[in-house]
Amino acid sequence: MENKLVNIEIDGESIEVEAETSILDAAKKLNKDIPTLCYLEEKNLIGACRICLVEIENSGKLAASCITPVSEGLKIKTNSSRVRRNRKMNLEFLLSNHNIECPSCISNESCELREIAEEFGVREVRFEGKKSSYQIDQSTPSIFRDPEKCILCRRCESVCRDIQSVEAVQVFGRGFETVIKPSFYENLADSPCVLCGQCTLVCPTGALREKEYIEEVWQALDDPEKHVVVQTAPAVRVSLSEAFSGKSGEICTEKMVTALKKLGFDKVFDTNFAADLTIVEEANEFVERINQGGKLPLFTSCSPGWINFIEEYYPEYLDNLSSCKSPQQMFGALAHSYYLDNTEVEEKDLIVVSIMPCTAKKFEAQREEMAGDVDYVLTTRELAQMIKEAGFKFENLEDSNFDQLMGESTGAGAIFGTTGGVMEAALRTAYEKITGKELEEIDINSVRGFDEIKKITVNIDGLEVKAAVAHGLSNARKVFEMIKKGEEFHFIEFMACPGGCLGGGGQPLAADKEVLKNRMKAIYEIDTNKKLRKSHENPYIIKLYKEYLENPGSEIAHKLLHTKYKVRKI
Amino acid sequence: MSLNVKELREYEPELMNILKKYSGSEYELIEVLHEAQELIGYLPKEAQKIIARQLDLAPGRVSSVVSFYNHFSEYSKGEFQVSLCKGTACYVKGSQEIIEKIENKYGIKSGQTTEDGKLSLNIVRCLGACGLSPVMTVNGKAHGLLNPEKAVKIIDSYLNGKIKEEENA
Repeated sequence: MENKLVNIEIDGESIEVEAETSILDAAKKLNKDIPTLCYLEEKNLIGACRICLVEIENSGKLAASCITPVSEGLKIKTNSSRVRRNRKMNLEFLLSNHNIECPSCISNESCELREIAEEFGVREVRFEGKKSSYQIDQSTPSIFRDPEKCILCRRCESVCRDIQSVEAVQVFGRGFETVIKPSFYENLADSPCVLCGQCTLVCPTGALREKEYIEEVWQALDDPEKHVVVQTAPAVRVSLSEAFSGKSGEICTEKMVTALKKLGFDKVFDTNFAADLTIVEEANEFVERINQGGKLPLFTSCSPGWINFIEEYYPEYLDNLSSCKSPQQMFGALAHSYYLDNTEVEEKDLIVVSIMPCTAKKFEAQREEMAGDVDYVLTTRELAQMIKEAGFKFENLEDSNFDQLMGESTGAGAIFGTTGGVMEAALRTAYEKITGKELEEIDINSVRGFDEIKKITVNIDGLEVKAAVAHGLSNARKVFEMIKKGEEFHFIEFMACPGGCLGGGGQPLAADKEVLKNRMKAIYEIDTNKKLRKSHENPYIIKLYKEYLENPGSEIAHKLLHTKYKVRKI
Repeated sequence: MSLNVKELREYEPELMNILKKYSGSEYELIEVLHEAQELIGYLPKEAQKIIARQLDLAPGRVSSVVSFYNHFSEYSKGEFQVSLCKGTACYVKGSQEIIEKIENKYGIKSGQTTEDGKLSLNIVRCLGACGLSPVMTVNGKAHGLLNPEKAVKIIDSYLNGKIKEEENA
């Protein structure tokens, strides 16, 4: 049913809008930007911060424009002195209980509170009083929580509850004592938090961010004894340049490689290579499970936030998980074996660093099943920080290519960075493996895009493969509901973050829908431009099996490339 | 002081009976918490976890609600529960000095219980007996026109049994 239209007046300009429109959205139609802080489009609409106040002339009241719907004859002032005065006062109240240390704050550049203070022209905070005092929560290797920077906007709570269905952080207490924390638990590590980092993407201040390992990596790079190799995940090359140019959707692979070489990494390798390897192993596992009556549906296993989630909430399905390590960890295992065999470098001198769009990868690297294979995990944001620290002008860097042995990848490896990509890559290889025929239509468009759950049936030589793709953990839950109701699937791709890795918790901030779309477009562009687009055709993967791993699923492949999972009790 | 697991097990069947009366919807949470607190005396973590499981809620959501309402407590209350008023009238008449006296003498702050489990203190807003200000209640019985000395004398009388609860009921 269509909403009826109402006539309203904003700052003297008349406009006709649908009845349920918020004043904020109505003002946008007139090109008026009302400042907001707690507001998060479609995700957090609670009117908590009182920054978006407007004056309703009809009643003389001030109202939060983000949650107040328009009604017939409403007259609104968005820029009266009363409005400006009250917005500024509310901002000063927030600032009066904020641990102001902007120059040394991790969010200095990205802080929305600081930006609004600048926009409002705050020159002093007139209110002084007791400040909240809390310890910083450093309990996880991925994310820290600093409640003294929190302004109680509750975006993190909304995203964790509504998008991820995890509810690791909630509002606790009331009045001055209010704090956003893992409410039932002492700290994040004890809580159901899966470390996806979606909260770090929406936190307007420095209250929730990734735990940085930049200093540790500098130290390794500065140590002449150490041989430091780095791998870069598929989604990093389509987002890194946002931190410098502000433009989204740019493919900056070659500049990124140059930056890493100039930072001092001894070898710059590609996680996409390991992604190709993952596909060969995983497609093999899929075909084996089909042929030998193994556990189906097979679940993908490359998203560590998803792994934490299933280990916590659906441990009865752990046998459905592919035993394949994630590309990051396959790379780490190969660096310590295959790579060492091919160089003069000694094991004790080798340091492996990953650049990931992900906060949960920091945790994955420390899991006891594979600890030591990857030493440090940096997010896309941390790499941008290092490039700034080094003083490189990113836009002006020349192009260079990945180092060989583990630097060559196909288009299938590239699309690992998007929702649907692992499924498409796996189907490309599984098809040829099962049929022995060449796959002619390489693009599998039905698994692409941002739809919450994508279901497809692929006919592989008479074999009907029912596949599904889910991204965002609340959608993963929906898939489990389908499975429990008896719906049949053979193969399901899960990624913890909305959009997949391209929307990962370690990616550059302030990414709206448009930015995510551009990143996805860029990823498919990389795929399309590759001559080789099927993982099993990667000549360096063929060489790796020939010289080292023998066959997919071989004993040595299992030793190096596969892992186990455990029930995680909370 | 928190209920240990063994003690909770004694309550669990009754807690489950309470939960059985409800359909398991999250909207029933506050009613369930009321009844559970009536049963146990407070809402220990273990009980919150059971309630969360039965209502299909994250434990954090239950804890979040418990933390919001003054009526709910995560901690056990003492045998004698003192509620001291700090409403406007009582405050003007000196309730702050009484609070300090009680805090110093028994070593507890608002919301806390003495280690022996005998006495707990709560600072509350207006008990609706401003004519008797400053005023406090001990287990629901009002004592008015207090000063610091008089207040601790009354509390001591409860603690050493000179005032019996039933006499005042």
